[in-house]
Parts: sequence; structure tokens; C-alpha cells
Amino acid sequence: MKLTRRYRFSASHRLHAPSLSEEQNTELYGKCNNPFGHGHDYAIEVQVAGRVDPRTGVVVNMDRMDRLVNRAVVDAFDHRNLNTDIAEFRDRVPTTENLAVEAGTRLQLAWREEFGITPALERIRIHETARNTVELSL
Amino acid sequence: MLITRQVEFSASHICRNPALSEEENRAIYGPAANPNGHGHNYILEVTLDGAPDPVTGMVFDLKELKDVLNREVVEPMDHRFLNYEVQPFDRVVPTAENIAIEIWRRLAPHFDRGVKLRNVRLFETEDLYVDYAGAD
Repeated sequence: MKLTRRYRFSASHRLHAPSLSEEQNTELYGKCNNPFGHGHDYAIEVQVAGRVDPRTGVVVNMDRMDRLVNRAVVDAFDHRNLNTDIAEFRDRVPTTENLAVEAGTRLQLAWREEFGITPALERIRIHETARNTVELSL
Repeated sequence: MLITRQVEFSASHICRNPALSEEENRAIYGPAANPNGHGHNYILEVTLDGAPDPVTGMVFDLKELKDVLNREVVEPMDHRFLNYEVQPFDRVVPTAENIAIEIWRRLAPHFDRGVKLRNVRLFETEDLYVDYAGAD
């Protein structure tokens, strides 16, 4: 059984690779290179897989999962400027791909501490907009 | 080839195991343990796996699929209180997981030749869904 839960956070960012020239950054990232940044209402789907506990009928305790994801990801990123407020993005471009890797790393650490290996943290999916999604197996 | 059909039903339920204490029920099910119940607009996505028939060009007749879903799921569950009106939820806690398993149990016998039941996805809310693909 797999269970998928969606959470939301809103954040701003600017896509700019310091190793590239101004022209190259403009060419590569277009509007996302705007020096003042811009923001998105992100949605993150967290999928877990495991056995349904015959006593409770659930794969995972939803309250514990919600608290974990809120602590590890939502509270950390919500209403932040990713470039300036999140240390990992000071020298890494906060694309949705890199955001997924960072969110995945934080979730895996917190998940192991809270749940161990079962249920398994299977994958995350980050929607930057309704039309733009990155998926990462964990 | 996979084909997926979606149907909706609205139902109320209580997530509470009578063998557990009030505290345990609240810890496991949160507000869903409210003994008076509450409801959801469930969305069910059923995915079948098969090859398109060379004559009809269809993996499965979608009219027939719609009829099966209505008969086995929507009619018995729509606008019902699952715990009181739909078996086995008089004795099985109607979590999204257990509802998905029950839907699979009801649907699987209809797809035992050629086309296979591949996945049952049940949205309890737009922010929570489960996928069940049969016993592990």
C-alpha cells in the first residue's frame, strides 16, 4: 500500500549561477534570473509505502507524518527567500530539481529518526507551479 | 496499455477501533476518531492493464467499466455512512487504506481474463490518497 500526502509552502527564489556570465544567466534562466527574485506556491507530495497495520488499518500515523514533514520541510521553507534564508542555496541554484534534492535529504534524515525503515519513505514530487513538476525517488 | 477511469462518491465514516482506548484512538486517527462521524468526497481512479482488442481498439469497454464501478462501489457507498451501511466496515475501520482494499476485493473478480486490475487509487481529500495494487 502506498500513501501520498500533499503539503504546501510559498517561497521566493532567484535562479542565477555565479559561475556563468550575466548574458549566460539571462539566456539560461530567462525571467527566473530577475535580480529581485520572484515566488511560487509550491506543493510537495510525500509518498510512503508499507504494510497496512491490521490493528489500526493505516500505513502510517498521519499526525506523526504531518508533524515530521512540517518540521523538516514546510516550516523551513515556507515564506522564506530560498537563496538567502536557506544555507544550502547560498552556493547552489534553487531550481525545483535542487529543491527536491534538499527536501529529500531533510526528509530522509527526519524519517529515519522518527520511523526507521518502515513504512518506507518512497518518493517526493514538488510542483513549482501547476504545470511544472519534479519527482525524486528516495 | 493502461487505462484509468475516475468516479466519485461521498460518504461519512468514523475511524475508531473499539478494541483501543479513547486516547489511543485519538492518537492514531486524530479528529477522524470523532464518534459522531464526518464525511469526504472520495475520488476513485481505477487502472486496468491490457492490450487493445484488434477489432474494437479498446482495452476494455468503458461503458462496462463504468457499470461495474457504479454497481460495486458508487451505488453501495455513495451518500452512505460506511460504518453502519457498508460491509465490512461494521467491523473493519474504514480508513482510506481499508476502503481501497475493499474496493479492490469487489472489483478484482471482474477483471480476471486478459485485462487485469492494475491499481486502485483513492483520494480521501485532494491532499491525501492511497494506491493499492493487490496483496504484496
